[in-house]
Amino acid sequence: MRRKISLKPITLLLFLSTFFFYGQEEVEHIEAKPDKKTEIKEYIQHHLKDSYDFSLFSYEAESGEVKHISFPLPVILWDGGLRIFSSSKLHHGEAVAEVDGNFYKSYHGKIYKTDASGTIDYNEEHHPINEKPLDFSITKNVFTIFIIGFLMFAMFASMAKKYKRGNAIPVGVGRFLEPIVLYIRDDIAIPNIGKKHYKRYMSFLLTVFFFIWIINLLGLTPLGVNVTNNIAVTLALALLTYIITTFTANKNYWGHIFWMPGVPWPMKIILAPIELLGTLIKPFSLLIRLYANITAGHIVLMSIIGLMFIFKNWLGSSLSFGLAFALSLLELLVAALQAYIFTMLSALYFGSAVEEHHADH
Amino acid sequence: MEKLINEFSIGLFFWQLVLFVGLVLLLRKFAWKPILDAVEKRETGIDEALKSAEKAKLEMQNLQADNQKLLQEARMEREAMLKEARDLKAKMIEDAKGEAQNQANKIIEQAQAAIESEKKAAIAELKNQVANLSIEIAEKVVREELSSKDKQLKLVESMLGETTFN
Repeated sequence: MRRKISLKPITLLLFLSTFFFYGQEEVEHIEAKPDKKTEIKEYIQHHLKDSYDFSLFSYEAESGEVKHISFPLPVILWDGGLRIFSSSKLHHGEAVAEVDGNFYKSYHGKIYKTDASGTIDYNEEHHPINEKPLDFSITKNVFTIFIIGFLMFAMFASMAKKYKRGNAIPVGVGRFLEPIVLYIRDDIAIPNIGKKHYKRYMSFLLTVFFFIWIINLLGLTPLGVNVTNNIAVTLALALLTYIITTFTANKNYWGHIFWMPGVPWPMKIILAPIELLGTLIKPFSLLIRLYANITAGHIVLMSIIGLMFIFKNWLGSSLSFGLAFALSLLELLVAALQAYIFTMLSALYFGSAVEEHHADH
Repeated sequence: MEKLINEFSIGLFFWQLVLFVGLVLLLRKFAWKPILDAVEKRETGIDEALKSAEKAKLEMQNLQADNQKLLQEARMEREAMLKEARDLKAKMIEDAKGEAQNQANKIIEQAQAAIESEKKAAIAELKNQVANLSIEIAEKVVREELSSKDKQLKLVESMLGETTFN
């Protein structure tokens, strides 16, 4: 039993290490060394962005060249046909990738269709005007969410297996996770949705809570994956909340939106569009809140870490180290808090969708 | 805002949607449902166990109260029985005493009556005997007195002497 469990992390490590073998050393020439501040600023911006390869770390070689250790991920494009190639072909935007007679180049984290020499035309605002193919690449973020999905499945399915075996008492990881699951059920789902309907929403609430929490925590590791500070991810999550709310809503909910009871009829007409807009604003606030909180946290934390290198004296650097440490702890809290808020508000919206009797206004 | 829209990646959105929906469905089947069911089963089990324990406790209390009551009743019964027995004893003694008294009185009365009647009979007998005796004596005396002429004359004389003629 014990032996079996201890094997799991080893297999995971082996799984991950395969990527290290594919990890490539790349050399980047820096023409003129920019000053530290702009360098840090660029680094932060780069860090917040998605990328086509999974970079592990980079270092400056003795020769003054910056080497990136990263492994490539598949690039999947839809451009009049499926084009799949390894991101190593893009060389961090320095090379033109040729696939089936088409040429692609990445510029500021986006892939553009170019000619053979990789020329990118710009408009007057310095935005590229090249054609952008539909991009379904397995980017760093996509790779990360897949890893997290896999981890979550492995974790909870193994936990469930122990429950199925008829163990009345939680064992192993379940001992830590069960109180959280119960907390979501007893303090988020049941009070907001009600005892009658809460079961329908439990799967979504539990998954969204653990997904956001784990992904936020992973964002705090030096791996540099920041999934929830990408608006696409939070939009997808909020959209699901919106869809579930809309499609499980009962008559009472729609009645309150289109024909608010208990107000004079001219007010009803005025209220209907406002309420209808409200249904969209609610999930919209979800996506902005999660996105903004995590992005802000990352920017502040990284800026303070960057300060250490700018100060370059023992007092300032140690002060900003202390600050960064405190802020990291705060971010740890924020990671869980944002997951909690997202789950809580989703439950609240679901609750309003299935509410049956309204108190008199 | 423009930057935000520019950074928006359809691919990531697509993959996130696909992955997340898949994850929800998979986890629902393989994790959440069994876990929540098991937890619920356990909770109802605990609830039932607590309830039955409470019931058992109540029953126990009832039983104890019953026992107490029974004991009390038995004690009272014993007390009553003892009292009854004591009363019976006293009554029996009382009765016996009364009976004995009555019997004694009766016997005494009978004895007295017998004595009285015996006495009367004796007296009557005595009277008869005395009468007979006196007649016999008188006869004998008379016979003696009147045995000779002289004596007869003497007697007449004395008697005449006694009798004064007035």
